[in-house]
This record gives sequence, structure tokens and C-alpha cells, in this order.
Amino acid sequence: MSGVDGLSGSEPLAQRQVALIDLLDRLLSGGVVLTGDVVLSIADIDLVRISLRALIVSVSAQNPSPWQGSVVSGDSDDTEAAP
Amino acid sequence: MSDAVAYAYAVVRHDVEGLDEALADVVGVAGRPVHLVPQGPGSGLAAVVSTVPAQDFQESALRRHLEDLDWLETVARAHHTVIERLSAHTTVLPLRLATVYLDEDRVRGALREDSEMFTRALDRLTGHIEWGVKIYVEPRAETAGPVDPAADDGLGVGRAYLRARRAQRHSRDEAHRAAHQAAERVEEIGEAVAVGHARHRVQQGQLASEPGENVVNDAYLVARENAEAFRAEILRAAEGLSGVRVDVTGPWAPYSFATLPGTEPRAPDQAP
Repeated sequence: MSGVDGLSGSEPLAQRQVALIDLLDRLLSGGVVLTGDVVLSIADIDLVRISLRALIVSVSAQNPSPWQGSVVSGDSDDTEAAP
Repeated sequence: MSDAVAYAYAVVRHDVEGLDEALADVVGVAGRPVHLVPQGPGSGLAAVVSTVPAQDFQESALRRHLEDLDWLETVARAHHTVIERLSAHTTVLPLRLATVYLDEDRVRGALREDSEMFTRALDRLTGHIEWGVKIYVEPRAETAGPVDPAADDGLGVGRAYLRARRAQRHSRDEAHRAAHQAAERVEEIGEAVAVGHARHRVQQGQLASEPGENVVNDAYLVARENAEAFRAEILRAAEGLSGVRVDVTGPWAPYSFATLPGTEPRAPDQAP
């Protein structure tokens, strides 16, 4: 059964359990960044990544946070593409 | 600060039939219900919001919580559940995790401030889905294990060991070459079929539980009518190649393509 049909049809896709790492790729480096009241600044989100780095990858200079340096091309871009 | 703040998940068009009903039974972040906050008269936009306890979502608490992987996972999955439910009904512009406002008036203000860009982004994403494409190098089982120097066929232990090491390295190089070839095929398919391409960092560490070494972790924005064909073609990209695996995840709401032009650096190559 096709998940694509689900997007336009009535069946919600929430039933599918996605891998946390795939989700974090998208939620921590994708999504529109708004400057809100309590919203974490980009720097704070970077702090989150740095903190998580200890949990998620073994820390080394050659092995930075998994969410640093994501690059988007095509018709959009990503914050982390900034030098 | 009051004891509740507004957690915003996404921006959607307000004039979508059945959206309120679709959200009626969704449990959002912090176990809270989810509702629409329309921008106001004369606007077609609404934010999707939950009222959450301020004590957990003000800056210092949030920063502390986000370092707790269990808390992060709970919030991320709740956020995703809301996005998925919305995606079944309309085009969704997901917001970055943990976008929090003091109250709904401030949310409306944010909608007002960028309403043109939100509208443009929603138009651009309408009728499109995101696929995740990951390429893995899988060293072959018979050479991936530790070298067994006891497998002596008259060469002597030292030479047998070196030969086995060479074979192992050869197999790894071969798998990397195959992965490179698969990556080229994937990019070709992407250029022909997709309208957007985003790169994520390759996945490593504890959370990267899939077998093999992840060498490509990309996302493609694809028109819905081409989505199944794209997926099928991508899954064939590793055909005839040994030691390489191509995984497709999704369909996702267009998380990796939900960025506002002007607020973020421009991509070097712009799609039409």
C-alpha cells in the first residue's frame, strides 16, 4: 500500500514509526526557522547539537555534530550552509 | 511570564476543509491538544499550535530538556505526528523543532510579518513530497570479519595474513566505488525527476542503527504524481552493484525544503 496515496488521502501517516535519526535530521536542520519569543536561537540549536554529539557520535575534531553542515540545494537552502 | 506558552508546529492554509476535525483527536507536544490559530481577517494562513506549560518550554528549561535524548525523542515524535496528520489533508510548512511563542497573539504577529513568504513557500511545496535517500556501503560478510591467520594454505601465517588483509581492503574499496556509482545514478534520477535536492550529514553513532556505513544521506522534493516512479527508480540504483545498499525513507512532509528565501543563505543553484 502506497504511502504517497496516504498523503493526499484520508489515512494519516503517523502510524509509521520512523527512525529517530531520520526525524532529527529533519527537525533539527530542516523546517522554517522563525525568530519567536522563546524560540531557541540558531546558536542554541547548535548547542543542542553539540550536547547531543556526546550521545550520538563519538566526539572528535574529525567527527563533528551530525547536524552541522547540512547543505540544501535546489529551490531552498539550509541555515547550516552558512560559512 | 504566564504559566503557558504557544508551541507552533507548522504554517498551513486556513481555508482547508476538515482541518479542524482532523486535528480534533491528535495529541501534540506535552500531551496537549492541537488547534489552528488563524492569522486573522483577510488572510488565508493559520499556524498550528499547542498550549504547553511554560515551565518546560521557556528558554533555560528548553535548553536543558533538549539535551535529554528521551525528552527530545518524545517532543520530536509528537511534532512529527502533528505534521503527518496535517499532511494527509493539506500542504504543510513545518517549523523547526521547539518554535515557542509567549502567546497566540505573538504567533499571529509572526504569521503577519512573513505572510507573503509563507504563502509563496506553501505554493512552491503544494503537490510535492519529500523522499529520504540513503546509500550504505556494506562490506561483504566473508571478508568483513577478523582475518584468520590460521587459514594457512602453505604460505605461512604472515603472508596468509597479509593476503587476507589485502582481499579485505580490496573488497572495501570495491564497495566504495560501487557506492559512488550508485550515488551518481541517484543524482541523475534526482536531476531528471526531482525539483529540489537537500543534503544531510551522513549518519553515524549510536542512533545510526542501520547496518553498513552511511555515505549519502539526501532528501529530494518530488511532485506527488512522480513520487512512486521516483522511489522505484531510486531503489533500482544499486542493481548490479555489490556491497552497496540504497534505502528510501518517506514520504515525508517537506521538512528539508521548508525554508524561507531571504531568511537563509541562497543556494548556489536555484530550481525554477
